[in-house]
Amino acid sequence: MAVLKTEELTYIYSQGTPFEKTAVDHVSLEINEGEIIGIMGHTGSGKSTLIQHFNGLLKGTSGKIYLDGRDIWENKSEIRQVRFKVGLVFQYPEYQIFEETVYKDIAFGCKNMGLDDKEIKRRVIETAYDIGLPEEILEKSPFELSGGQKRRVAIAGVMAMNPRVLILDEPTAGLDPMGRDRIFDCIKAYHKKTGNTILIVSHSMEDIARFADRILVMNNGSIFCFDKTEKVFSRAEEISRIGLDVPQITKVFMELKKQGLDFGREVYTVDYAKELILKKLRERGIKC
Amino acid sequence: MLKDITIGQYFPIESVIHRLDPRFKIIMTLIFIIMLFTGDSFICMGISAVYTLIAVILSRIKFKMFVKSIKPLMPFLIITAVMNLFFVSDGDIYFHWKFIKITSDGINVSFLMIIRIILLIIGSSLLTYTTSPITLTDAVERLLSPLKRFKFPVHELAMMMSIALRFIPTLIEETDKIISAQKARGAEIDTGSLTDRAKNMVSILIPLFISAFRRADELATAMECRCYNGGEGRTRLRQLKSSPRDYIAFSVTILFFVSVIILNIFI
Repeated sequence: MAVLKTEELTYIYSQGTPFEKTAVDHVSLEINEGEIIGIMGHTGSGKSTLIQHFNGLLKGTSGKIYLDGRDIWENKSEIRQVRFKVGLVFQYPEYQIFEETVYKDIAFGCKNMGLDDKEIKRRVIETAYDIGLPEEILEKSPFELSGGQKRRVAIAGVMAMNPRVLILDEPTAGLDPMGRDRIFDCIKAYHKKTGNTILIVSHSMEDIARFADRILVMNNGSIFCFDKTEKVFSRAEEISRIGLDVPQITKVFMELKKQGLDFGREVYTVDYAKELILKKLRERGIKC
Repeated sequence: MLKDITIGQYFPIESVIHRLDPRFKIIMTLIFIIMLFTGDSFICMGISAVYTLIAVILSRIKFKMFVKSIKPLMPFLIITAVMNLFFVSDGDIYFHWKFIKITSDGINVSFLMIIRIILLIIGSSLLTYTTSPITLTDAVERLLSPLKRFKFPVHELAMMMSIALRFIPTLIEETDKIISAQKARGAEIDTGSLTDRAKNMVSILIPLFISAFRRADELATAMECRCYNGGEGRTRLRQLKSSPRDYIAFSVTILFFVSVIILNIFI
């Protein structure tokens, strides 16, 4: 069953003023339990606005959102419960850190959930371990940490709440390649461990291609396409027409196809490409 | 919610009021404020209201924007009116209960106060709505320049003012983002008990201060990189020039001001 579902969701900014703008335009989609969804779209395509609807930070001008089949706005006073079930990590989340120690900052969300101290402690230590923060860091001030570590503290704060749906908005923006890989590895490990649904907004096609089951492409506030990863990247030309990019390896294989070397499949990760090429070579009797 | 704050906003459209010399606009606004507080009869308020109305129409800014600027000050307006209503005890008594008296003077005074404050808000928003922050601070600098003789740091003051104005929208946006981020972590900001809300203010204020300091530091570095060293010997790209238009507007303002004073003496 779909864990998240929207029906004709529309959001209009500053309605009735000269600055009026439709940020989300009749979006209907379904996200299944345990999926990893990549969200793409150029700046201003409405993706950040859309994800803020999923945990009730924004209320659509019209349309509905269902979490586990229940309208999240059915009972307004329970919207906080929705936020515990749908965790949202904003862009540059390190700017929301405020506690004196790393431990306290990771615990903030759990505390708001009303968990007891023992459970909080268990979750904080476990999450910190999972995300690769050494235990001695927990008693330090978060403001002494490096940028990448701060980012991980902020993400851990939401992960510790163990939301059924975890949404991350550009979790690796502004990090170096190593910091980026570490965060992606942690998210992957988290998904394997908990089986929770994950939504990732990213500009890096390589990263999305590597581990998204399905990709949602947004354009001008509406869904451009929402399909399996390989199907989305098979529409490379249309995607580049709306100002987005496909992974480099996909481009290489498209060029190969033009030159007459058709592998018959869409390629979007380097590992898969390697596999295909080796197979082809073996077919031709070349030892490798 | 925070996006509704319109104080200090500027609407870049074409109008007579927009084209007035900002120095004159500041002085006229000051005269207007004095005018509001000298007049204490309905006729005087009526004259001030006509003056405001003319300026608003000439500015071509939608009336809705002025309503928006009054809204956040509504509680203040109501409290002032109620205080005046209950505690002015001269005139005919209409209603008496314990220490509360409602008198004819009380009603008059509170009505005058409401009109006065509303006009005050409209008049001062008109200044910022029609003048870009840069020209506004330029004008302040020019108006205060005689104080330089007394070693008063006029340029520095104007620079501080323009930086402050420039960062209001940025900080509002930042606050909005931080509030959303903390709400996403389950913080109760617009719901929950008063103590909970007060506690959660900390989770907003600390990140906000940190980012404000960071921005200030970055700005200072950027300014130094461009060799900023104060107002000494600095020339301007756009010189402020007054035109006949400004003198006409100024004369009209004086005319209104004088008529309010005269009416005030004779009525």
